[in-house]
Amino acid sequence: MSAAIRVENVSKRYRLGVINRRMLYQDLQSRWARWRGQEDPHSKVGEKLRGNGENFWALDGINFEIRAGEVIGLIGGNGAGKSTLLKILSRITSPTKGRVCLKGSVASLLEVGTGFHPELTGHENIFLNGTILGMRQSEIRRKFDQIVDFAEVEQFIDTPVKRYSSGMYVRLAFAVAAHLSPEILIIDEVLAVGDARFQEKCLGKMESIAGEGRTILFVSHNMGAIRALCSRGILLREGRVVMDGSIDETITAYIGDNFASASSYEAKERPASPHFERITATQEPAAQGTFSIGQPLVVTFETNPCGKKDLTVGLVIRNSQGVWVQHSSDEFAAAKDPLATVSRCIIPPHALGPGKYHLDALLAKRNEEAYEHLVNALSFEIAFDGAMAARTHAADWKGACGPGLLLWE
Amino acid sequence: MNDTATPDAPEDLSQWSKVITPQRGWLDVRWRDLWQYRDLIYMFVRRDFVGTYKQTVLGPLWFFLQPLFTTIVFTIVFGRIAKISTDSVPPPLFYLSGVVMWQYFADCLQKTSTTFTANADIFGKVYFPRLVLPISTVITNLITFAIQFSLFLGVLVFFKLQGAPVFPNFRMAILPLLLVMMAALGLGVGCLVSALTTRYRDLSVAVGFGVQLWMYGSTVVYPLSEIAPEWRWLLVLNPMVPIIEAFRFAFLGSGVVEIWQLAMGAGVCVLVLLGGIITFNHVEKTFSDTI
Repeated sequence: MSAAIRVENVSKRYRLGVINRRMLYQDLQSRWARWRGQEDPHSKVGEKLRGNGENFWALDGINFEIRAGEVIGLIGGNGAGKSTLLKILSRITSPTKGRVCLKGSVASLLEVGTGFHPELTGHENIFLNGTILGMRQSEIRRKFDQIVDFAEVEQFIDTPVKRYSSGMYVRLAFAVAAHLSPEILIIDEVLAVGDARFQEKCLGKMESIAGEGRTILFVSHNMGAIRALCSRGILLREGRVVMDGSIDETITAYIGDNFASASSYEAKERPASPHFERITATQEPAAQGTFSIGQPLVVTFETNPCGKKDLTVGLVIRNSQGVWVQHSSDEFAAAKDPLATVSRCIIPPHALGPGKYHLDALLAKRNEEAYEHLVNALSFEIAFDGAMAARTHAADWKGACGPGLLLWE
Repeated sequence: MNDTATPDAPEDLSQWSKVITPQRGWLDVRWRDLWQYRDLIYMFVRRDFVGTYKQTVLGPLWFFLQPLFTTIVFTIVFGRIAKISTDSVPPPLFYLSGVVMWQYFADCLQKTSTTFTANADIFGKVYFPRLVLPISTVITNLITFAIQFSLFLGVLVFFKLQGAPVFPNFRMAILPLLLVMMAALGLGVGCLVSALTTRYRDLSVAVGFGVQLWMYGSTVVYPLSEIAPEWRWLLVLNPMVPIIEAFRFAFLGSGVVEIWQLAMGAGVCVLVLLGGIITFNHVEKTFSDTI
């Protein structure tokens, strides 16, 4: 396969603080003064050139190449430069240095519904939005029924979109974009729209687009979606490519990036409503941050004595791939005092394989509202203990659960 | 393919269909892209036209009311009170002709001058040749002009039937040329202003009264014949003067205009248009960083 996108040493500089600082007359005064060889009346004291302190390199020497037909996941934390890179690729802004070569038509979808006009009907907006995204009218006419069908808005197609519910609005917007047929498609976090069922439908649509052999560059914070769609990942950190490899490796590296172990959680505020006061992960013999795979791990949830009966404590344990390894709650406890403020969850040896984990905690009344949902309440690592570690390499065991969980005879 | 490679590029870049580089020449306007997006021009025209008048009480009637009321005010203020001559043309007809023409130019200028600031959100999210927007504005205004022009024709026929001394003649055929000149001038100045307002916000304030002042520097509320002959040359440097005078000469049979004035006006319009487009094009590529 030949290359579809080549990014060569692309850098992008933003000047901090100098944008729109001036009025026209100030600029004219400065020029006049400089022309007469006088000091610029508007320069700051001590300012020589527009100094390095004011420069911010959002991208710093990015290099990669994407072959035609590849589906790439672009991953990175906030401020890593993902959006800037997409803006350069989609020609919204120019690079400061470097060069980008593209082969084939490009469509970019950085936001759903760009250019929708609230007074126009759904029908009119499909055409407007489609042409903004680069489609010809004839092409839209040909795909019109498919778009309406996908968006599920047949009844309202002649209603102004300002009367649409927000769900209908994003469905229509995504439907238009999903029916673009460029050779290269650049997508930024657009799956975070609509309800779960529609998100699934979007993901399915994207998979089928990818299956048609188009080149796709996909940005999302949803690792599940990235993993499902992409074959290769590029990880950005502080404007640089730090990883370019298989999607699994890249996601693991990204999650490792954000990993800071925390084996206890302490409430910062103590309102009267039900909340977690303290969550701790402990193990015998005492360990911090890294726990042994061969010993039980005890997670203790303490809630405030609020007087509400039948509160349920739940947990989700996610591994470094973002997979939910465990999802459980104290409803499974054999017996429980309805006013209990302490729940204890015992994670047996080898229930979790070696690796890094995040634990989310949920406090709710059964079948009712959730009082508190702590994402990444705890973060910890599981490792082989002395004897096992000496015998084997942790990396050789790839299961989500530890190898010792199974019984062999 | 329209985008040229940097001259120092050692390798052959022709296998790529697009090459994005930091620099772009001042004169590198992407006409080809613009042509590919011609459907978008149509869609924007439609959006602006339909979007503006949906859900207004009077709908397209606004197109008539605006020149009508302006004409009435001008007739009272400049005709009755200030008693400025209208070259024997009935004052309402004289002012209406000026207002209809001026309005087209002023609309083109003012609406294109906000292109970058008003569309910052779209420009930050999707690429299309930015010139599509001002061009579609000029076309949208053409529809408005057509409606207002029909009002003018109606009033003209009314006065003619009353026996007023107005003499429409074959020179009316020049109207399309006059429109193109006004569109070019409005588009050029509008593009220039909109490019500059991305850096200098205070300019957008100046546009409103700038247009107002320009109107008084054009022969909207007075005929050129009222100006002392030794000063007329100064006034005809403003292309709007020969345009409006030519319009009145063709439709009303009164006005002072010479071919060389129109030709010079056309030259100015073309220069302004080129300057505007080049500046606009230059700002377009880094605009989303500065706004």
